[in-house]
This record gives sequence, C-alpha cells and structure tokens, in this order.
Amino acid sequence: MMPVAQPSHVGRTVLEVCGLTIRFGDVRVVDDLSFTVADGETLAIIGPSGAGKTVLFKALIGALPYEGTIRWAADAHVGYVPQKLDLERDLPITGADLLRAKQRVVRASREDTRRALELVNLEAEVVSKPIGTLSGGQFQRLLLAFAFLGRPRVLLFDEPTAGVDEPGEEMLYETIQRVKQKHSLALLLISHELSLVYRYATTVLCLGRGRAWLGPPTEVLTPQMLAELYGGPMKYHVHG
Amino acid sequence: MEIGVLGLSVGMATAAGLVGCFAVMRKMTLASDAISHVALPGIAIALLSGVHPMLGGLATLLLGTLLIWAVESRTRMATETIIGVVFSAALAVGAMFTRGEDLIEALLGDAREPTAWELGLGLAGATGVVIFILGARHRLVITLVSTDLARTAGIHVARLSLLYLLAFSLTVALGLRYLGVLLMGSLIIIPAATSKHLARSLGSMLAVAVVVAVVSVLTGTSLARWLHRETGPLIIAVAAGIFFVGLLVRRRP
Repeated sequence: MMPVAQPSHVGRTVLEVCGLTIRFGDVRVVDDLSFTVADGETLAIIGPSGAGKTVLFKALIGALPYEGTIRWAADAHVGYVPQKLDLERDLPITGADLLRAKQRVVRASREDTRRALELVNLEAEVVSKPIGTLSGGQFQRLLLAFAFLGRPRVLLFDEPTAGVDEPGEEMLYETIQRVKQKHSLALLLISHELSLVYRYATTVLCLGRGRAWLGPPTEVLTPQMLAELYGGPMKYHVHG
Repeated sequence: MEIGVLGLSVGMATAAGLVGCFAVMRKMTLASDAISHVALPGIAIALLSGVHPMLGGLATLLLGTLLIWAVESRTRMATETIIGVVFSAALAVGAMFTRGEDLIEALLGDAREPTAWELGLGLAGATGVVIFILGARHRLVITLVSTDLARTAGIHVARLSLLYLLAFSLTVALGLRYLGVLLMGSLIIIPAATSKHLARSLGSMLAVAVVVAVVSVLTGTSLARWLHRETGPLIIAVAAGIFFVGLLVRRRP
C-alpha cells in the first residue's frame, strides 16, 4: 500500500502549541510539548495507553487546565469525535435530535445536516432511533456527522473507529480522508492502528514515557522507535 | 382570582415538567430532591425576621445553587456527596428554627389563596423558566450527551450549567407555597421520570413530562377540594400513580 504523501505544510497554521504541560497532581502527563498544525495536514498521535493522548485533546478543547500556550486560528471551528461516550440505553434522545441541536447551535442549514448524513452513509431510519440503542459503528458515524456539521476547519478525532468492524473502519477512514481533502481541513488523529497512521498521516507525534517524538511517519514509525515507545517489539497491527 | 390560580398551577407544573426532563437525563434525581430542602432554613429565617417566607426560601435556594455549581465546575466526583451532606444539614438546621405549624406548612405547602403579588411573581417566574428551557434545549441536549462535544460546538458549558441550576431553583421556589419543601422536588422528578420511560425522542420527552405534571396538579387540586384534604400530597400521589401505570406500558424495543 502506498502512503499518501502530502507536503508537511500545506497551508496556514491553524494550531500552535508551545511549551504545553498538563499535570495531574504531581505527575506531568504531558511535559513541555510544542508543535504546530497547518491547513490540510494530518497529525497522528500515537503512544501506549496512559501516555496522555486523550488528555492532550482535552486540553486543546479547553476542558482541562494546562500550562503553556495553545493558540487556535481565529476561525478554527473544531469538529470533535471523542473516544468513548457512556450513554444510557433508554436516553430519549435520537440521532436526529442530536444533529438538529448542533445544526441550531452552529446555525447550519437542514441541507448541511442532510449532506453530513450522506457523507457518513447513515440512513434516516437509523438516525430516528434513540442514540443509546445504536450499534458502535452507527454511533461513531453519527458522531462523525456531528463533527462535520458547522463547517469545521480542524477535525479532532480520538480513535474515531473504536467499536467499528474492519471493513467499516476502512470505509470510515476513506470518508474522513475525502471530507478532509475536499475542504483542506487539518486533522488531529489519535489512533492505535499504525498501518492507517502510516497511510494517512503527514506528521506523527509519539507520546510515551514522559517524552515526545515528532516527525514524518517514515522517520518516526521505525521498529526501533516503536520498541522504545511501547517497551517491546511491536507489529504494525495493534488492537486495543 | 380563580383563573389566575389555575394559570399559576399550570405554569408551575409546565416549568416543573420541563426542568425535570433535563434533571432526570443529567442523572441528578437525588440531587434535585436535596436541593429543595435547602429552602427550609431560608423559610425559617424569613419567618423569624418577618419577611415573606418564599423570599427567604428563594434566597437560600439561590445560595445553594451557587454552591453546587461551584463544586460541580471544579470536580465531578464530589457533587453527590456534598449535596447529601450540606443539604440534609440544611434541612436539620431549618427544622430546628421553625415552629410546629409553620414547619408543617413549609414542608408540605399550604392551600391558602395566593395574593395578587404572589400570583404575578409566580406567573412571571414560571414563564421565565419555560422560555429558558425551550430556548436552551438544543444546548442542554448536546451538553448532557458530552460536555466535550458541547465545548467544540461553541457552547459555554459552565455558564449553561449555572443558568440551568438557577432555573431549577426558581422552579422549586415557585412550588414551595403549594407543595412545600418536601414535595416540590417530586413534582419536578416524577413526571420527567414517567416521560423518560415512555418517550423515545426529545420532543416527546418534553411533551409527555409537561402533560403528566399539569394533569397531576389539576387532578390533585380537584381531588383535594372534593375530599377536603391537603392539596400537595394529593398532587404527588396522582403523579406517582401515573408513573406506576406508565411502568406497565411496555416500551417499543
């Protein structure tokens, strides 16, 4: 499989992170991290569990206190897909309710919502069900549609294909890639699927063991680097 | 006056039904019962100092709300514990300073006709709460599904949470006069809980909760007149009756 090569800096900077430190008590989960993301760039964030990947995202969206600076471009609307949501099965909120809510809040049109649903291949019949009753794959696609609504310039995806079977996963990544390229969006992606990271990322940020490595996939995703990062030999297909 | 009282009852029930939907979906059922207790020390202080008891109740409710909000926006874990401790203590302190008959009235409500002032303020408060919940329902829904999704959609989560809690306390204060400290929390929770069992979408959730709350208030009030009993307990008995009948209805899968 050929990596989809893209120049590392396609457009304007949408996100600039400088000297970012996130503490939980005395522990520095993220320590003095700096990077920038430009329009059209895909930054994949990898690393073992507990390395601070999700924590980094939470700080980026302002849900956690941090030290250092996080600077977003003024018009950088973010489309976010969180890692896992614990929803009650009997919550009386349908997919349509959730999308309509976002449509109203970001002042999008019905047409925008229809297009977002079409992009992620969700049928009206599925969207009319309570969100707690959707399958893992259906719910992830609903979250993707939710993220695409409101013309984001940056997508923040935390394992967007968790709970999706393998063919569905390929399809979702192709959808993400299509939308991303069409609108020249920046994508920040947390993933355990190293083969997908290798294929789609322009830059890889490895977090682990209190350190961070940043570079193009061909330089960062070497067996030696992965062994050091995960503390053992590593195959390209990592699940979990 | 009769029509005014009817309007106030319907307004109060509508506000309670709507506010309750989000309380139940946010899983703050226990918290909301406890919040209503914080009105008691306020009522006691007001009675001792000759102020209108509802004003005293409203004042401590607002204080309690700010306390919960401050705790909630710092840590998520401790909220239930803090509420359990602080608000039960509030009930105890309030009960210590309130005398026998006043205490019963504060706890269970009182069926006297409202004054024109009480009527006007009550209607204004109920209208405000209804307008707020209907206007903010989209933001509230996203926030209850995920505060992170809400943040990235541009919603000011902490401010919305404060406004919601204020609407909640105001609703409790609206019902203190008729239902008292103990029962108003129930009028907020029971219709919404009934609705959550029956409804499958946000629109039907809000509608069913309002209908159950209004029917409970009107039926309970009529029954009270007919049976010469206290109004508050009958309203809650009717609401609970509807809840149990609702449980018998099987939801579609």
